[in-house]
Amino acid sequence: MSVKHDHDDHSHMTETEARVRALETLLSAKGYIDSAAVDRIIQTYETKIGPQNGAHVVAKSWCDPEFAAWLRRDATAAIHSLGYISRQGEHMEAVFNSDDVHHLTVCTLCSCYPWSVLGLPPTWYKSPPFRSRAVIDPRGVLREFGLDLPTTTKVEVHDSTAEIRYLVIPQRPAGTEGFSEDQLVQLVTRDTMIGTAVALLPEGVA
Amino acid sequence: MTMLDLSILPDIALSGYEPAFDEPWQAQAFAMTVNLHQSGLFEWKEWANVLSTEVHSGIDRDYYLHWLRALERIVAMKHLATVSELGNCAKAWQEAAERTPHGETISL
Repeated sequence: MSVKHDHDDHSHMTETEARVRALETLLSAKGYIDSAAVDRIIQTYETKIGPQNGAHVVAKSWCDPEFAAWLRRDATAAIHSLGYISRQGEHMEAVFNSDDVHHLTVCTLCSCYPWSVLGLPPTWYKSPPFRSRAVIDPRGVLREFGLDLPTTTKVEVHDSTAEIRYLVIPQRPAGTEGFSEDQLVQLVTRDTMIGTAVALLPEGVA
Repeated sequence: MTMLDLSILPDIALSGYEPAFDEPWQAQAFAMTVNLHQSGLFEWKEWANVLSTEVHSGIDRDYYLHWLRALERIVAMKHLATVSELGNCAKAWQEAAERTPHGETISL
């Protein structure tokens, strides 16, 4: 396993982000809000910047070799070409899963998440145990997500920073030859693009 | 989940029937407000009124900064948390971020 670190600076939190974090901290400590319910509300309302954007990127890379090559070379530009632009202007990097290597992304700050393509991070992604354990024992963490990788598959953990964010490109499932891009989009869940899951099998399509 | 009537909120930017967020904290502030309402802590119309006061306060700031200020106000009005509690906690988060190297867990 290798961990890519880029920790040359302290964490960044704006005054506004800190005020939001304070509300979240106090209201959940006092039991007035429920983090899981808040996550569900975001998913319900936020369908424009949610993970379907990332799923579109992935499905297009499966169908269009030129786009896939562009994504490898310059993910920021390739993703922007589909209209998914984050105002924060961070650099994106696409990491491609294969039989030989499985990628997993971690970070503790929600501002270090590629939300223009994945929406907001799930609560567990922001939890300290997930991050620290993902770095120490990624295979164990993946097993808890129901993903038991063969020992021949190397696991690479990528630490997102404020400057660079990762999008995991899962492997295209077998048996999807001839699928349209729209059909393929439905096989790509948010977790596949974080790296805690693999793309759904075609049977899983409703 | 029943969708709330967002159209009663003053000046909200909607794309179709959806709120348009520019940054993650905006969605977080929005969703916390909806959750407090769903827990019965205030009526949606009551929220619209508090938000309206901020939006029409004459202060020129981004829409979700008005929203955040209104949320802090209704939280204080309903005695869910005091203004000083919120201020101290926000300050503590910023200090925690400053002493935490990037990539390590920020904790209070």
